[in-house]
Amino acid sequence: MSGRQLLVERIRDGTVIDHIPAGRALIVLRILGITGREGLRVAVVMNVESRKLGRKDIVKIENRHLSPEEVNKIALVAPTATINIVRGYEVVEKRKVELPETLENVLRCTNPTCITRKPREPVKPRFRLVSRRPVRLQCIYCGSIIDERDVLEQLVSGSG
Amino acid sequence: MRAWQGRDVISILDFTRDELEQLFAAAEEMEEKLSRGKPPRLLEGRIVALAFFEPSTRTRLSFEAAVKRLGGETIGFSGEEATSLAKGENLADTIRMLDSYADLIVMRHRYEGAALYAAEIAEHPLINAGDGRQHHPTQAMLDLYTVRKLFGTVDGLVYGVLGDLRYGRAASSFILSLTLYRPSKVYLISPRLLRVRPEVRMVLEESGVRFVETESLEEVLPELDVLYVTRIQRERFPDPQEYEKVRGSYRVTLDLLERLAKPDLKVLHPLPRVDEIDYRVDGSRYAAYFLQARLGVPVRMALVSLVLGVWP
Ligand SMILES: [Zn+2]
Repeated sequence: MSGRQLLVERIRDGTVIDHIPAGRALIVLRILGITGREGLRVAVVMNVESRKLGRKDIVKIENRHLSPEEVNKIALVAPTATINIVRGYEVVEKRKVELPETLENVLRCTNPTCITRKPREPVKPRFRLVSRRPVRLQCIYCGSIIDERDVLEQLVSGSG
Repeated sequence: MRAWQGRDVISILDFTRDELEQLFAAAEEMEEKLSRGKPPRLLEGRIVALAFFEPSTRTRLSFEAAVKRLGGETIGFSGEEATSLAKGENLADTIRMLDSYADLIVMRHRYEGAALYAAEIAEHPLINAGDGRQHHPTQAMLDLYTVRKLFGTVDGLVYGVLGDLRYGRAASSFILSLTLYRPSKVYLISPRLLRVRPEVRMVLEESGVRFVETESLEEVLPELDVLYVTRIQRERFPDPQEYEKVRGSYRVTLDLLERLAKPDLKVLHPLPRVDEIDYRVDGSRYAAYFLQARLGVPVRMALVSLVLGVWP
């Protein structure tokens, strides 16, 4: 059976996230806060052949569009992803995700004595992109570097 | 080159070598005026807030002396007072209060990044006098100034930085400051547990400065022109026996220096020290740490004057 045959029916309106690194589709859903209980029609395709990636995952979500913040989070765990916006069964927009040079309010600093972790201070965690692949970010306040493992841990546990 | 006036001083890496040279030229003049007993009253009518949320004696007094020598006034708090203040309100509110009273804020805090955060809140310039384990830029400035005074240059020398390179902000800042220059080589001498943090190593790697991490002082001592000693705290070691071993092997004694060091080696230390440098070294040709401490005042006089725009 080919990847193509596995692809479920096309959606009418919504978002198709393609070229997700194989095995990360569920993490993407977690990031978007999609549990299945929302009643949205969602299709998840995992480990299908991809010319670019070897294997990839795909997520299709009907009647849901992504905020720029959500796109940034997806870029952190799936830097190869492309996002297709579908209206009336047609892809009206196709974009690659791209990590911005600075990331605000998406991740928490891992250093417990960073000022961004101090209670009662109105300060937003901010990170500067040090490397895209593998993902490495530096806290602009305390200088700590966080890597892909920290990022995954936070985004998957939902504490980001 | 950016203008000095109104600038925050958060990290030594905020400055270029040319800017530091400007600072050092001003410090030289301050030193000269101090020695003639006639420092200019450049800060007449100015108030500098000394906000030491973490207790400090040396750095605070050094700033206080610098401001008062120039005819300025200081307000502020330290240690216990800061603790009771901290119970009542957050850092942001305290900074807003100080910002409304003073022309400049000098601040020490135990959280990394506290100085940058406070500088974002304050309208007046802010000088970081130490934020947790991260930065201590004015210490690095006076360290460079001391080296420059002793050797006529910071370039081309072989440096050894000894002690707690992971949690020690003076050591980290000195190492970072060397990346602005062209040292011949930098030896990072520490137990494995206390090696430089990844972000410091990243700056070293990007700078192209030749550096070597080692655990042995004796092996590299014969090569050094400058030995920068810092304290290793007992609390960093889960095993007290391991701590005793480390303490013994990193102790700088006169015998060790006479046996292995170049005759012109200079020993620096940000002070206060406990027993990592033997007192017998104090009167020797190697000791430069008292000079270094003394130079803190003219360097801080120069810095405060530049930031407040009253110099030249
Ligand atoms: Zn941080």
